[in-house]
Amino acid sequence: MSIHGFFFQLFLGSIVTIKLALSGTMLGLIIGLIGALCESIRNIFLRYCLSGFIFIIRGLPELLVLFFIYFGMTAILSDLFNHYIDINSFFAGTIALGCIFGAYASQVFRGAFLAIDRGQIDAALAIGFTSYQIFTRIQLPQAWRHALPGLSNLWLTLLKDTSIVSLIGLSDLMGEAKIAASTTHQAFTYYLIAACIYLLITSVSQKVLDIFILKANRYLHA
Amino acid sequence: MILAYLPQLLSGLSITLILLFSAIGAGLVLALSLVVCDYSDHFLVKKLIASLIFFIRGTPLLVQIFLIYYGLGQLTWVRSSFLWFFLREPMVCAIIALSINTACYTAVIIKGAIASVPRNEIDACYAIGMSKWLTLRRIVLPRAFRIMLPAYSNEVLMILKSTSLASTITLLEIMGVTQQLIAETYDTVKFYLIAAVIYLLLNMVITSIFMMLRKNLVLPNNA
Repeated sequence: MSIHGFFFQLFLGSIVTIKLALSGTMLGLIIGLIGALCESIRNIFLRYCLSGFIFIIRGLPELLVLFFIYFGMTAILSDLFNHYIDINSFFAGTIALGCIFGAYASQVFRGAFLAIDRGQIDAALAIGFTSYQIFTRIQLPQAWRHALPGLSNLWLTLLKDTSIVSLIGLSDLMGEAKIAASTTHQAFTYYLIAACIYLLITSVSQKVLDIFILKANRYLHA
Repeated sequence: MILAYLPQLLSGLSITLILLFSAIGAGLVLALSLVVCDYSDHFLVKKLIASLIFFIRGTPLLVQIFLIYYGLGQLTWVRSSFLWFFLREPMVCAIIALSINTACYTAVIIKGAIASVPRNEIDACYAIGMSKWLTLRRIVLPRAFRIMLPAYSNEVLMILKSTSLASTITLLEIMGVTQQLIAETYDTVKFYLIAAVIYLLLNMVITSIFMMLRKNLVLPNNA
């Protein structure tokens, strides 16, 4: 059960996985914040769009979302521009995972913003804060604290969802494990190693997120 | 147009439903036994269950499916045993992977629900002389079932979504059929949209079933 020369490949794959998860999270946080803002604006049309988006994303398998973006978007764009357009699999993965993360995150953010006492906003208005200042100085820092536990769950889910991107040909951890498994005919060994690396990544990030949560709540424990 | 592909789509739907129901059934039984075993005071049993749940919850379902379907073939003692007759079937592997996966998530949900059963009700049971097991069966589990219902409905929706991963081990459920039809017709967008509509409809059916269940399970004095 030697790991031959595949150890380095698996390591490179893990880095791709982490990169993908990070970029998906970045995109997802932006989508989630925009979604939460749309919800706070009293516009019926925007709200319907948002709840439709959330309903669709929450109801569809991640695999379908990914394949739709990777294969479907290629078809749509190619039809539009009349020549074949290739979408990078990393890019497609980021968009798909970002949309999924964003749909759930918008709900997390909504709850987090609602958890802030209305009186604080009134107080900020009373001492002459502009609405931008209220958002960046009062709402965002506190919403962050309320949103962090929910977001850390979403991050762990997203980390595990990155594995499906190997199905559209990205050499992430899962993709490298697949290559190693088919080359050496030692599928059990390599998938188990991949599983352990995923386990390592998720448990380390869980610990880091716990520290973040503790830090965000530090003045409550004093 | 779509009618021509209806038989294939329906067969895909039936496989998705088989996967869904067997994963729900087996997963629930497995989850309950995990929780009941966890109730025991044996140190080793507790440790074992905790590490199983940690492993399953920390790794992607895709890895688990591949580990069972492709991985088990590497182990010669599995290949030579009578179990190989079942384990070489993708359907069995998918059901095993999905059930174990959902069992671990459900076990956590059940444990959380049990923990939120009011402590004084359990004390009352002990006070009138019910045993630990009887308390669990008559009071704690029925109470916990109502508490966990919203979280469990989410879990069922997750299983529905997870069944799509079975297409990666050659099963022709909705996602697999969709891929096949796309390969035949090159009509990518249309078939993905059809699949999306089917999944969303299933989603709505499951959600409304749980809504009904919740209405029917409300205690008379809580209404």
